[in-house]
Amino acid sequence: MHILLRGREINNIDKLEVYDKYGGFEGLKKSLSMKPSEVIDQMKASGLRGRGGAGFPTGVKWSFIPQHEPVKYVTVNADESETGTFKDREIMEKNPYQLIEGSLICAYAIQAKAVYIYLRGEFWDIGTQLDDCIEQLRDKGYVGKNIMGSGYDCEVYTHLGAGAYICGEESALLNSLEGYLGQPRVRPPFPAQKGGGLYKEATVVNNVETLANCPFIMREGAEAFKAIGTEQSAGNKVYCVSGHVKKPGNYELPMSTTFRELLYDHGGGPLYDDRAFKAMLPSGGSGPIVPLTDEVLDTPMSYEHCANIGTIIGSASIIVMDESVDMTWVASKVTKFFEHESCGKCTPCREGTYWLDKVIDRILDGRGTPDDVKRIADVAENMQGTTLCALGDFAANPIIHTIKHFPDDFAQHVQATSAGGD
Amino acid sequence: MAIIGNPKYQDRIQHHLAKYETKRSAVMPLLYLVQEEYGWVNQQGIEEVAQILDLDPTQVKSIAGFYTMYSEKPKGKYWLQVCTDLPCALRGADEFHAWLKDELGVEEGGTTDDGMFTVEHVMCLAACDKAPMLQCNFHYVENLGQEKMRELLAQWREDAAQPAKG
Repeated sequence: MHILLRGREINNIDKLEVYDKYGGFEGLKKSLSMKPSEVIDQMKASGLRGRGGAGFPTGVKWSFIPQHEPVKYVTVNADESETGTFKDREIMEKNPYQLIEGSLICAYAIQAKAVYIYLRGEFWDIGTQLDDCIEQLRDKGYVGKNIMGSGYDCEVYTHLGAGAYICGEESALLNSLEGYLGQPRVRPPFPAQKGGGLYKEATVVNNVETLANCPFIMREGAEAFKAIGTEQSAGNKVYCVSGHVKKPGNYELPMSTTFRELLYDHGGGPLYDDRAFKAMLPSGGSGPIVPLTDEVLDTPMSYEHCANIGTIIGSASIIVMDESVDMTWVASKVTKFFEHESCGKCTPCREGTYWLDKVIDRILDGRGTPDDVKRIADVAENMQGTTLCALGDFAANPIIHTIKHFPDDFAQHVQATSAGGD
Repeated sequence: MAIIGNPKYQDRIQHHLAKYETKRSAVMPLLYLVQEEYGWVNQQGIEEVAQILDLDPTQVKSIAGFYTMYSEKPKGKYWLQVCTDLPCALRGADEFHAWLKDELGVEEGGTTDDGMFTVEHVMCLAACDKAPMLQCNFHYVENLGQEKMRELLAQWREDAAQPAKG
């Protein structure tokens, strides 16, 4: 059953009349008949956790917003830029009203004045599509003044970024939305606090997929959602599968599903029949890489089970690599991404990614030494925990974990003796 | 040419100014209007945005320089941004990107002599299941191969030869 990718089973659910016919806006209607605090209680009871990567409990996040503050905001993180992630795009393209309904449920729960949907600039066409949806909803009385006759007012706007991965980091996103460089802020104050959010007002920042779950939870009840998945990982998740599988794509499955079921039953198994799976990045470029062993394949794709195999489920962007792939090349590709996307604010990330890229290039060129492999591990370790946002840690992961799991892939590129060591 | 006083942009400028709490928040949408008008973000456009938003041109220029989708030099009529990030590269995007540059006779970031095509590689565009792919003037073109790409290039050349619309 699809809760999010409903466009797969209901034709034209991206049209308002069709969305309406299939229970659309019932969740919002029900929310508006309740007290805002009761909506937050429902969200807490559902067990929904943030789908952007961090997995923070959604209802708890909403409850941090100080109710007495007169002005509050909701900001939708639709910056989807993690390597290998393409789920929010399908949700917005094929089921846009569900995202808007979810955003309005969140807005009502925290009594926000407005919702800003921050889209990565490359989602130009989706921005136009969402603007059309918002206008239709305004005509219908679902956006703007006195929503559904409830007396609650809320505006919804879209904002296009312009090509910067860092703007998916919530405080950088807020800076960007305010017209400043998209660089992370020092916290506290956190976005949920006065002084830390959009225009210094208390703000909820939630991912697209997170908010798109809210209409179901309000319509069908928290228990119905909690019944799916595992105790600590409730609900469905959209898993983005890319790389060396026969059928790459988005698959919406309960959070208790195993990697094996995802990659074989849905993804169709290895792209080439004569090549076995070697490794995967389960959380795009930013999470630790793991070898695709039987133990890993039989692990359920939940927050808690992925921790047991030394990685994270994060945004669930599963990049699969077969035995033909050199992990040094993978480390290089991912490092080039982070070198390009480092915003330049914190020295360990800015300089670290730059030097990692240079030294890995040297190793790939056959000019590296065993000391170079130690050197990049050392640089990566020194980036961890030293930056204002997680990008520094993310950029360290591909180095540390590829070297840990695939030392031979590095060793084959470097000379046996340490010619340029320190 | 200008965005200030140009009837084509007045509604959109007002729309963007109205939707935010501060004027400064409108800097990103207004820079897109500059790019639409001039084909790139030039100094005149930067000064116009600064004037509309009561900012210093240097402040506007820093924003334009930070984000990759604001072009700081003129591009071809068709700006082709090929994703060569890891998931696409696992499905042949590096080879496709190299072939495309070769086919058009351009270096990375270069523009064809007729001013028609600029080719660049970019980071993940959230279309990893449809690799190889590219963005042409911010619109997605997916599941590409050499044959399909040759047809598209021919189509775009043909479109460009048509008299301008509107």
